[in-house]
Amino acid sequence: MTWKTTDYCGWGRVHSAHGPLARPERASALATIAEKTPAPAVGMRRSYGDACLNDAGRMIDMTRMDRVLEFDPATGALHIEAGAQIGQILKIFAPKGWLPPVMPGTGFATVGGAIAMDVHGKNHHGAGSFGMHVTEITLMMPKGPKVVTPAKNSALFKATVGGLGQTGPIMSARLQMLRAKGDVMIVTERRVEAWNEFLALLDASEATYTVGWIDATARGDQLGRGILEEAETGAGLIPPAKRGKRIPFDAPDMALSPTVVRTFNAAYWRRVPDKGRTVVKHIDNFFFPLDKIHDWNRLYGKSGFHQFQCVVPIEAADDLRAMLERIAGSGLASPLAVLKRMGPGRAGYMSFPMEGYTLAVDFPNRAAARRLIGELEAATVVAGGRIYLAKDALAGPDTVRGMYPEFAAWSKTVQKADPDGHYMTDLVRRLKLRTA
Amino acid sequence: MSQTWIILGATSTIARSFARLASDSGDGVLLAGRDIADMQATASDCAARGAPLAEVIAFDARDAASFSAILKRASDIDGTLSVAVFVGSMPTQDAMDADPSLIAGTVTDNFTGPAIFLTMIAPILEARGNGTVVGVGSVAGDRGRIGNYIYGAAKAGFHTYLSGLRNRMGRKGVHVMTVKPGTVDTAMTWGMEKLPFLAQPEKIAADILRGANGQKNILYTPLIWWPVMTVIRLIPERIFKKLQV
Ligand SMILES: Cc1cc2nc3c(=O)[nH]c(=O)nc-3n(C[C@H](O)[C@H](O)[C@H](O)COP(=O)(O)OP(=O)(O)OC[C@H]3O[C@@H](n4cnc5c(N)ncnc54)[C@H](O)[C@@H]3O)c2cc1C
Ligand SMILES: NC(=O)c1ccc[n+]([C@@H]2O[C@H](COP(=O)([O-])OP(=O)(O)OC[C@H]3O[C@@H](n4cnc5c(N)ncnc54)[C@H](OP(=O)(O)O)[C@@H]3O)[C@@H](O)[C@H]2O)c1
Repeated sequence: MTWKTTDYCGWGRVHSAHGPLARPERASALATIAEKTPAPAVGMRRSYGDACLNDAGRMIDMTRMDRVLEFDPATGALHIEAGAQIGQILKIFAPKGWLPPVMPGTGFATVGGAIAMDVHGKNHHGAGSFGMHVTEITLMMPKGPKVVTPAKNSALFKATVGGLGQTGPIMSARLQMLRAKGDVMIVTERRVEAWNEFLALLDASEATYTVGWIDATARGDQLGRGILEEAETGAGLIPPAKRGKRIPFDAPDMALSPTVVRTFNAAYWRRVPDKGRTVVKHIDNFFFPLDKIHDWNRLYGKSGFHQFQCVVPIEAADDLRAMLERIAGSGLASPLAVLKRMGPGRAGYMSFPMEGYTLAVDFPNRAAARRLIGELEAATVVAGGRIYLAKDALAGPDTVRGMYPEFAAWSKTVQKADPDGHYMTDLVRRLKLRTA
Repeated sequence: MSQTWIILGATSTIARSFARLASDSGDGVLLAGRDIADMQATASDCAARGAPLAEVIAFDARDAASFSAILKRASDIDGTLSVAVFVGSMPTQDAMDADPSLIAGTVTDNFTGPAIFLTMIAPILEARGNGTVVGVGSVAGDRGRIGNYIYGAAKAGFHTYLSGLRNRMGRKGVHVMTVKPGTVDTAMTWGMEKLPFLAQPEKIAADILRGANGQKNILYTPLIWWPVMTVIRLIPERIFKKLQV
């Protein structure tokens, strides 16, 4: 059968959808679906909100189209099916000395999802976004495959990269891989005492991969304390990663109560010695620290959780500090909080990155947290920043358009590529991105 | 010495997983099936993963005339030759009840087609004195059930054939393994309801490769199906005929 009617949800498990899913395994099957019943494509549904949902409509699950179509070991040029997962690509090619050019914090994200969200990684300040390393995209349109390159189809390329799947299913893509010294990471961890020091260290970092874990519960003098991680690839022998564990049930609400989180964060922060340390990590553990625990989203219990992620321009660093203060004051944050310096690199009209600082914090799905996220969104607007649609589940139509200055160009190109609105998702409808 | 797997029904979901794993461990793959374009994609994938040989060849279980070209290509490959049969088709019982002419094709895809091929290639493997034959049957072949008994009968025929082939080829150094998967999350079962203990194809493929290396004779995969089918096989026919399982 082509269609399976089922329930599914985004990573945050707040929104869910019901409807028929197809899961083609080969190009010919995808072509038939794209022609007869055009529908939006999805990957591994690692988007937190409703970008990967189409309630009451159809969706095309691309995860079984995941093969390497061509690889040139001399140049690192890779042609791959869009359902392939970034972590799988890493596994195949790291031993051969090549890495995916950009890796988000989960290795489960697919190439299609990485393009459609123009994802960023720990090397964004140097390497830019995922789409900047994509040299060609093949869309499966109702009339058949369409090859899109940045040079020949500039507008369609820019509408597809970061384009939330609205230009049609991405079947395959060509990427330029990055050379690596080996498949381990040499990581320097440093304790950071407070906010100003954190920003200074992030600004000064010359490492290829830089990321900050931030204690979003620390207040007062300790506001903005955290751990700075700087890393380079290296060669050496360390034991292979252990097999993943699974969260077998929904955790009770207690699991992430404010006291538990504060205690955990303090211990996590102290784990790194005063003077810092350098450790060798398995490449997976560095890039995808959470992937070892499958289904960790169930830790938040049945009602699910949100991630708030925004980026603000450098000049607005104080606004971001005020936002963090508000978060710390609320006592609602979970241990998962990340602070990073972004470079200017972005490849699509609707790409999230801008030069500045990005902050991402998880919250359990409670009324107080939803209110707080609403306030943080408003503060982001004032700061001249934007929120990340891969994470958002709550924003309204009014806030988002203004955050994305190239929205009009995107809208026009998408309208041309999909005049009948076949590829609309729940997110697109919630934010009214396809209505004039 | 290097091993090359001739994979019949290489476009099958489970076969694709198997070809990957075999390539990861450094084996070659000769992919045989009907959809050449799709197999070419799998071949590139296998080559990128390290398969020293990754080729595509036409195979249709219903066209025995297509077999000799495969035998010819296989004979030219050095090293250990092994064969893994994933071909199969499962029209619904209702469809076959309504149109009994579908039965012959089902039996050919699941049993006689592969049996003809294996009978033709057996002397080549025996002459080399090594290698493995993996035949994918099904738990559905262990007992005839109201909802699926023509497919089941074809698989049962294939099981019995493989048992005889094991008996024959074992003495020449070629191992034969019968695989009986339970329900697997593949293109064949997508959208079907009631799939107990549904397993991922990667898991089945890994079990098959491990079983082949360990020279298992009959492999239930996932293992839970061994006790389940043991019980189901033991139910007396006078009771079984009234059940709806
Ligand atoms: C633990 C964790 C850490 C993360 N860390 C980061 C990070 O560091 N940086 C970052 O940028 N993001 C990060 N993310 C977000 C994640 O990378 C993105 O949401 C990404 O899009 C997920 O990929 P996916 O395959 O699951 O896509 P999905 O969530 O399934 O889909 C996302 C969007 O892409 C579209 N899409 C997917 N596949 C296709 C296709 N083949 N053709 C057309 N459209 C398609 C969908 O329609 C949807 O709009 C993280 C997520 C998690 C869960
Ligand atoms: N999925 C399960 O739950 C399950 C359970 C027990 C056993 N099995 C068995 O496992 C094997 C693999 O099945 P699967 O689940 O991976 O399903 P699948 O993807 O549908 O694979 C079936 C394969 O058989 C091929 N095939 C059918 N008729 C053919 C013919 N006449 N000539 C050549 N190839 C032919 C198909 O090729 P085309 O691509 O050309 O159509 C396809 O590659 C089958 O033998 C199946 O019976 C499956």
